[in-house]
Amino acid sequence: MLLEVRDLHVEFRTRDGVAKAVNGVDYSVDAGETLAVLGESGSGKSVTAQAVMGILDIPPGRITGGEILFQGRDLLKLKEEERRKVRGAEMAMIFQDALSSLNPVLSVGDQLGEMFVVHRGMSRKDARTKAVELMDRVRIPAAAARVKDYPHQFSGGMRQRIMIAMALALEPALIIADEPTTALDVTVQAQVMDLLADLQREYNMGLILITHDLGVVADVADRIAVMYAGRIVESAPVHDIYKAPAHPYTRGLLESIPRLDQKGQELYAIKGLPPNLMNIPPGCAFNPRCPMAQDVCRTDVPPLYEVDEDRGSACHFWRECLNG
Amino acid sequence: MVEPILEVSGLVKHYPLTQGVLFRKQVGAVKAVDGVDFTLHKGETLGIVGESGCGKSTVAKMLVNLEQPTEGLIKYKGEDIGKLSAKALKSVRRNIQMVFQDPYTSLNPRMTVGDIIGEPYEIHPEVAPKGDRRKKVQELLDVVGLNPEYINRYPHQFSGGQRQRIGIARGLALRPEIIVADEPVSALDVSVQAQVINLMASLQSEFELSYVFIAHDLSIVRHISDRVGVMYLGRIMEIGRDEEIYDHPTHPYTQALLSAVPVPDPEAREHRERIILAGDVPSPTNIPSGCRFRTRCWKARERCAQEVPLLAVPAEFRLMSGPAAHDSACHFAEEKQVVPPEEPGPDGNGPG
Repeated sequence: MLLEVRDLHVEFRTRDGVAKAVNGVDYSVDAGETLAVLGESGSGKSVTAQAVMGILDIPPGRITGGEILFQGRDLLKLKEEERRKVRGAEMAMIFQDALSSLNPVLSVGDQLGEMFVVHRGMSRKDARTKAVELMDRVRIPAAAARVKDYPHQFSGGMRQRIMIAMALALEPALIIADEPTTALDVTVQAQVMDLLADLQREYNMGLILITHDLGVVADVADRIAVMYAGRIVESAPVHDIYKAPAHPYTRGLLESIPRLDQKGQELYAIKGLPPNLMNIPPGCAFNPRCPMAQDVCRTDVPPLYEVDEDRGSACHFWRECLNG
Repeated sequence: MVEPILEVSGLVKHYPLTQGVLFRKQVGAVKAVDGVDFTLHKGETLGIVGESGCGKSTVAKMLVNLEQPTEGLIKYKGEDIGKLSAKALKSVRRNIQMVFQDPYTSLNPRMTVGDIIGEPYEIHPEVAPKGDRRKKVQELLDVVGLNPEYINRYPHQFSGGQRQRIGIARGLALRPEIIVADEPVSALDVSVQAQVINLMASLQSEFELSYVFIAHDLSIVRHISDRVGVMYLGRIMEIGRDEEIYDHPTHPYTQALLSAVPVPDPEAREHRERIILAGDVPSPTNIPSGCRFRTRCWKARERCAQEVPLLAVPAEFRLMSGPAAHDSACHFAEEKQVVPPEEPGPDGNGPG
């Protein structure tokens, strides 16, 4: 296994109290595999990724438990010095907003080349050649001419390609992409997702795709982990989850999106709001919004039941849910 | 046919680009909207879809008179609103209200919910006399599904979905006939989006509202709209009833847009044809000659660079009566099905 996150806990201490952002997350990714982590805002999907990358703001954040095993080593036990060598070279991240993730006063060539100067000790000139190669690889037209351009001179889709190029620079074994296409238009979104999928295949990388869009996930993922209130509530191969969700939250999500090929009357809406992380309901965190909730859901936290060999659901009534 | 409630013809908005500080000379223009026509009937929803920068929000602003058109007419019940006296304009504006995209920045953080929703009555006191307002605001809160006791709370005490409900209540305050909604759900989470869409649909039948619904999400637009217009670089490329656009698109841009939408069904990914457009949208300061879509179109030929295609039923479909015979601004319009036909859902109708 390339990456294994085990029972991760993260909390944030704020003026108003302790927000429990991640409450026992387990997931794993293999080389060449795409894991989609799906969730709404506040579900803990990005915080988990930040903990894996080691870019969590500490304080106010704090990792209170768990292990992050990357190629067999527990990253949480490494010194910051060693951690820095892993970051960028062995695992890299692509962020949602390319414009604010790139430095506006450095040319894209300098920013891409910096990776090689810092990690590989190359000369500036060689690094520049490498930068052009990378830009070619992510299909930026006229790369040699544009290497001296600044981020604002590129369109949104091109900037996201540069972010991808930067993540790929040192050929890491794992890429974490946090909502990589959310800020892009549909036609450009398709281009960028295609590119990412091609490159992943070419380099046989593990990819963690963090998103809230069930459509994007269906197009590229092998496995899906659905998060709610800092826990994984369902984890399954992509085909299974769309065919028959085993958790009422997944089911609600799937039914609340309008479909392009269907014109329904009323959309199914999950009632209520996601919970406040400072005050997560006892028992199953989803119980106040769940149409299937019983007394046991209000008292007992459901473990991740084994639904199938590689499928789990954190619902006391997963059997009933699976059978509709 | 009944007179449309809103009629837009030849609508243009150019923002001048100037150079120099003292002697400002115009060096060009951002052609945000460049000739848009459509009509809206009572009780109808017109969806407008397009990518960022296509001018859909500028159209919305002109409809509610937040921007003055450079050229073109907006007729409300047959009257050109550009030629109305200030007093008559005020009553027209009462009837066309707007719901904004971002529920975080479109509500004043220093005002209570009661003051926000009641503010339209300050400008149009004839709708609700002073003593009546509090009651009216509480009724509105109830209508949009919020607790009427929240009237003294501030926006930060609400979630995104609840704030969008406040924005909708403010839009409804003056009992308008038309609501222009500019990306009303794009800032919300999936589970909350459905709640707001359902609310808007039920309000429409309750108050006989007409909607202009602007969004970039084609699935949501289909769900709520009776008719749909597809915009690209300041113009409508194709417009028609929802099944005409979604099941029988004839414009290549519409086909590409539809095929690019991710469908939440992993089975579909193997047998779905995807048209991936090359390149980016050209700058609105420098719109290509002829057909503005030709730089990204896989069908473009000589004629596309020279002749601007008009938004009309293409000649080859004119004699047919069928869903393909709708307005499409393409010289080489051709029907192509890109959304797989509807299949019955996997099982059951969901929880509860």
